[in-house]
Amino acid sequence: MNALEISGLQKTYAGGTQALKGIDLNVRQGDFFALLGPNGAGKSTTIGIIASLVNKSAGTVLVDGHSVDTDLVRAKASIGLVPQEFNFNQFETLLQIVVNQAGYYGVPRHIAKQRAEKYLKQLDLWEKRDSAARTLSGGMKRRLMIARALMHEPKILILDEPTAGVDIEIRRSMWEFLKKINEQGITIILTTHYLEEAEMLCRNIAIIDKGQIVENTSMKSLLAKLNMETFILDLAPTDNTPTLAGFTCRLLDNHTLEVDVAKQDGLNPVFSQLSEQGIQVLSMRNKANRLEELFMTLLQNGRKPEVSHG
Amino acid sequence: MANPTFVALRTIWIKEITRFMRIWVQTLVPPAITMTLYFVIFGNLIGSRIGEMNGFSYMEFIVPGLIMMAVITNSYANVSSSFFSAKFQRNVEELLVAPVPNWVIIAGYVGGGVARALLIGIIVTSVSMLFVDLSIYNPLAIALTLLLTATLFSCAGLINAVYAKTFDDISIVPTFVLTPLTYLGGVFYSLSLLPPFWQAVSKANPIVYMVDGFRFGFLGHADVSFSVSMAVLLGFNVLLFGIAWTLINRGVGIRS
Repeated sequence: MNALEISGLQKTYAGGTQALKGIDLNVRQGDFFALLGPNGAGKSTTIGIIASLVNKSAGTVLVDGHSVDTDLVRAKASIGLVPQEFNFNQFETLLQIVVNQAGYYGVPRHIAKQRAEKYLKQLDLWEKRDSAARTLSGGMKRRLMIARALMHEPKILILDEPTAGVDIEIRRSMWEFLKKINEQGITIILTTHYLEEAEMLCRNIAIIDKGQIVENTSMKSLLAKLNMETFILDLAPTDNTPTLAGFTCRLLDNHTLEVDVAKQDGLNPVFSQLSEQGIQVLSMRNKANRLEELFMTLLQNGRKPEVSHG
Repeated sequence: MANPTFVALRTIWIKEITRFMRIWVQTLVPPAITMTLYFVIFGNLIGSRIGEMNGFSYMEFIVPGLIMMAVITNSYANVSSSFFSAKFQRNVEELLVAPVPNWVIIAGYVGGGVARALLIGIIVTSVSMLFVDLSIYNPLAIALTLLLTATLFSCAGLINAVYAKTFDDISIVPTFVLTPLTYLGGVFYSLSLLPPFWQAVSKANPIVYMVDGFRFGFLGHADVSFSVSMAVLLGFNVLLFGIAWTLINRGVGIRS
């Protein structure tokens, strides 16, 4: 059974904006799944419908096998939602927020208090348990929303841009936490703008644009489709102008060279040609995140990218 | 294992009661001060010159109405401000994503409003006992009127909050509707003092029945039959709960 099955999902808002044009999406149980797309693509609308915050116009949604139309209580109980924007009462303490949230799911108070300690400790928030939520830093607020979403121990955790505005150190600790709970069996569905995040964490991915799924595959096979990478080479000072036969390259300044390299060509010919010209390479780096390049290609083409380079 | 629906309902009640207790300076103190001023000015100073009203001292006559006024204002304000804040800060979504039945959301918020109204009722009654030797004619009538009135105005506050888009929107109804209706609802005078035409007009004001029913519980005197007052109150309760339930079910103002 899939953790999530979406079929023919459509949403047209009251103003006439068609946010979703009939999307189909399956997420396997135990998966770490990324839903990517630019602003306004329909990611948050999709999540809103799954979590019952947005009324759908058409289509079906099954959460852990429970229809949001006919078995909403079980569907809701299966999901923990971490929304994009802070949506807790800023004047309540952390303990009140998480214990109350468990109560809404029918978790008795004494059990809720035990879970609150467990999750607030795991997310390094226990020391702040009696502080008002408004006094927390942005990163702490994000972690609070994760703790809150886990209080009823859902099978599926949906995170909408969970690390937006969070510094790198905290982002990485959140990634570790999410990996850990995924390994424990929780299905995770993530939307993010940080493509590195999706690449690091997720096994499967769907890309949504203008209310339609433009790609839905495994991360591995998606990245395999990208066979062209761009490298930036820092060169030692030289009077020679570098030339690379068989490669497209651009000299950015007199010591920085940008080269497009197809996977099958490898980097050896680049280095050997430069070496023959008496040019020394001091260092080298990828120009951009590979997934980012692919993402842009998909969105620009509005279709799957052609695998063509030789 | 406790019933999940009851756990959810209890949680909303705890949350709501914690909220108004946390801001007690804004919620519990002002009615005590306002009512003290009413008792001093209208009861003691002016009241002593008015003389008796329907066979009771003016202070005795206005106390039930003043308690009811505080109950109405506070039950309405509690739910309208709490639910609108929950919409505004979007923490109403905590309830919407959870498997909480819509009637529980309504009963939770209304329960919070009723709890504050009852507490205010106790505070204001205690204050009034400093000024007048209160007699109680029928405690059941007092409790029933208090409960039905608090429920009714809590529902009304919820409906207001559902439609409200700004904080201004939750002050319009109290200012332009509730206050005039309360002042014209027989708090400070007996309906029998009015000409027949205005007596008939006053009977279209639901607050008249609340004040009158409550006064009956204290003094044993009523301008309108107590059973009629309760029937009117019950009817309005059913109507407003129905409206609130329909609005929340449709997701008006809370779901897109």
